[in-house]
Amino acid sequence: MSTAVLTEPAPPSPTPPPASPSRLRRYLTFDNRYLAPFLITCILLAGQIGYGFLESYTRTLLAIAGAVALELLLGRTIVGKWPHPASAYITGISVGILLRSPAFWPYVMCAWISICSKYAIRWRGRHIWNPSNLGVSTMLFLAPGTVATLSVQWGNTLWPMLVVWTIGSLIIWRLRRFHICATYAASFVALSFVRSVVTGEPWLAQVAPITGPMYQLFIFFMITDPPTTVRSKKGQILVAFLIALVEMILRLNRVVHAPYYALFLVGPAANIVDIWWRGRGEPAGAKPAAAPAVGAA
Amino acid sequence: MPVSRGRIAAIILFIGLVAAVPILNKRTATGGTSGGPRARARPASAGASTSAAAKGEGRSRHGLKLEEVSKSAGIDFVHTAPKLDPKLDHIMPQVASMGAGVSAVDFDRDGWLDLYVTNSGEGSLNRLYRNKKDGAFEDVAAALGVADLNREGTGVSMGTIWADYDGDGYEDMFLYKWGRCELFRNDAGKGFVRATDEAGLPAWMNVGCASWFDYDRDGRVDLFLGGYWPDDLDLWHLTTTKMMPESFEYAKNGGGNKLFRNLGGGKFQDVTAAVGLDSRRWSLCASAADLRGTGYPDLFVANDYGVSEFFANDGGQGFREIGKATGVGYAPKSGMNVSFGDVFNDGRFSVYVTNISEEGVLIQGNNLWVPKEGTSGDGLKYENLADALGVELGGWSFGAQFGDLNNDGTQDLVLTNGYVSDARDASYWYDYSIIAGGHSSIISDAKNWPAMKGKSLSGYQQKKVWLNDGAGRFAEVSQAVGYTDLHDGRAVVLADLWNRGALDMVIANQRGPLLVYKNEADPANAWIGFDLKGKAPNTSAIGAEVRLHWGGKVQLQQVSGGMSYSAQGPRALHFGLGKAPKVEKAVIRWPSGHEQVIEAPEPGRVHAVEES
Repeated sequence: MSTAVLTEPAPPSPTPPPASPSRLRRYLTFDNRYLAPFLITCILLAGQIGYGFLESYTRTLLAIAGAVALELLLGRTIVGKWPHPASAYITGISVGILLRSPAFWPYVMCAWISICSKYAIRWRGRHIWNPSNLGVSTMLFLAPGTVATLSVQWGNTLWPMLVVWTIGSLIIWRLRRFHICATYAASFVALSFVRSVVTGEPWLAQVAPITGPMYQLFIFFMITDPPTTVRSKKGQILVAFLIALVEMILRLNRVVHAPYYALFLVGPAANIVDIWWRGRGEPAGAKPAAAPAVGAA
Repeated sequence: MPVSRGRIAAIILFIGLVAAVPILNKRTATGGTSGGPRARARPASAGASTSAAAKGEGRSRHGLKLEEVSKSAGIDFVHTAPKLDPKLDHIMPQVASMGAGVSAVDFDRDGWLDLYVTNSGEGSLNRLYRNKKDGAFEDVAAALGVADLNREGTGVSMGTIWADYDGDGYEDMFLYKWGRCELFRNDAGKGFVRATDEAGLPAWMNVGCASWFDYDRDGRVDLFLGGYWPDDLDLWHLTTTKMMPESFEYAKNGGGNKLFRNLGGGKFQDVTAAVGLDSRRWSLCASAADLRGTGYPDLFVANDYGVSEFFANDGGQGFREIGKATGVGYAPKSGMNVSFGDVFNDGRFSVYVTNISEEGVLIQGNNLWVPKEGTSGDGLKYENLADALGVELGGWSFGAQFGDLNNDGTQDLVLTNGYVSDARDASYWYDYSIIAGGHSSIISDAKNWPAMKGKSLSGYQQKKVWLNDGAGRFAEVSQAVGYTDLHDGRAVVLADLWNRGALDMVIANQRGPLLVYKNEADPANAWIGFDLKGKAPNTSAIGAEVRLHWGGKVQLQQVSGGMSYSAQGPRALHFGLGKAPKVEKAVIRWPSGHEQVIEAPEPGRVHAVEES
């Protein structure tokens, strides 16, 4: 899921903010940094209270604590300052929601791998993998006997989707990234026709995954992650389509966790191209203007 | 660009973390169930002969050795599955995937256990294997009128439960089916008389489980039925394909529960609504026991596609569903089994509920619900210790039973599993995963489900024999002790078939043979048995509890009116005692609440006890 919606540089405002907002307004203005953690917490609580979709509170808390602790440690020791814990909190909560395991260790390991990847795998000042996508994909690939992912635990009805759509739209609206969600969803539906033709199976079976609540989390919160998506709008649309395309190929090869792996493959490749493209002509070692600070996401 | 030392440290840490994952996975995933690509569906006897068990390793190390003896015991039963409406042809193996059941019962009261086995193909025959006392069995079902019970138009068998419902001292049989259930009165062990019509039981119901229990303690055993498919659905003549569960884990469009109160005189009354047992979940196993310590039996129901239900018995007047309050009814899974066992020898039942775990796809894990210290009554709370005790991962799990296989004084656990074993190189799990997460309008319509086309779905799985070490841990020893077949197991019965003081194992397999594993338990360990006979009409003593006190331990067992998936174990209770035991006493609490104490009962034999 998005781990950096809070740290993405705010889009240019059409009117500059007042130099010194009133005290009342300061109280009423929700700090952007806390919006995503607040909303993802709402999703977690809605899912747990309504469906009991977590493996357990303990495991989710373990993932959150593990992510925040490692973020603080690495931020302090590598960057030299205490990072804001909101980003790690989102990573932890994402891991706690998405991962399914009867054991405890996968929650800690997944959170640690996710956080550590931000410091270990970087190019020109940017980390190129969506941290929680990398963490979850790693666990699914390397620990299949212990780990699965959220799939059916949030029911098969409409209202959980409404919850995600509502909360997701709030975030996506602020980030101006709805085109990513729309492109992916449209591509998935269109390509499910292709899969239906190729496999000879009912189209409704092929399109079924996107009609479930779990997929809405993927669409709204994972493929839209600002620090690990390309910068241009056209590029974002192209990448969203490519994720759906690679997912189709994986699905035709009967890969159960196709969406996670598709993002795992396409996301960093697109980022590398994007960073290279934007870095042309810059002196070696120059820092891209839009790169977030280390540890921010 | 130079790489900082901090970055190098982060890279090393990252590599270390990733490298640790498969190692940890290997340590955790002890529940591996795949027979593996080179595994073959081998006869159980062949598997045992090549295993460590054949070399005696199982017995010397674990205190038991299992040998599959169905052939020499004269048992040649092979289960057949039904062929439902052709509209379901594309997914037939998974919808017609149940019905292999077995019960151990001494129907003729000769002191030797017999076996009743259900079949599910249209026109197929059920079997009643009478124990010939010489190591062999003979099928007497046809002669006694309980064989031809799967005729076209009447539905097919799912299992049987036995109890003396009319108080004549002989075990009567209730056959539950997807279709027309049947009640048979046992005519003094010489035959069975159909008693369905006068009993007032439903003309058609797709029953997934059933259990006898005396919920109001009036001395007569009552009958609980748990519906699976919707009640009015004729699976052979579908008018719609919208008959699948509406959700993989939250479905409430299954069959209804029914509770029939035994009025005496062979008549039953539907009291479901009056006692508050209404529910339309997809029930697959139900069993009753006094779990709250109130003296009245509570009812625990494991539901497929949803949460388990705990129906608290309010003094025989009604039931309250308290699953969430106790902790067992919160996380929905695919419940298929309910078994009670005193795993800590502390005089309390834990509850084992089986679910689905498939590597890389769905890790539900089985539940071992252990009552929290100091809780009882309406304050009863459970915690799931399946992971901590090592009995969590069992593949696509079905029936499981507690029993002391090596007579060491602790309750062990046997689990059978495997859903659809077909092509070895093709799995249906991908198809299952795409449909299972879809919207209810898609998942509930069978025509939307991808065709199976001969694919397996959690097939060829290794079974589990978990030995209780008495210190809070179970060790899996199935291959070492000889439970080596890879059939699609459904029902498990542990019973001393040849009165030798050891629990043998009977396994009913879907589309597979009935297997009988003879157990050579360590003779150095002692044992004791209790065969209870209650006051009429509940001469079966269904619901009676025995607390055995020895060596500072107290082990609780009860006479059950149906426990574990499609199974019923024997009425006689078997306790392993370990080495050189001195049994202090056995405290019997009869269903009426009356207690009877047997001081210092002698080990090494079955004590026949009549309610005083």
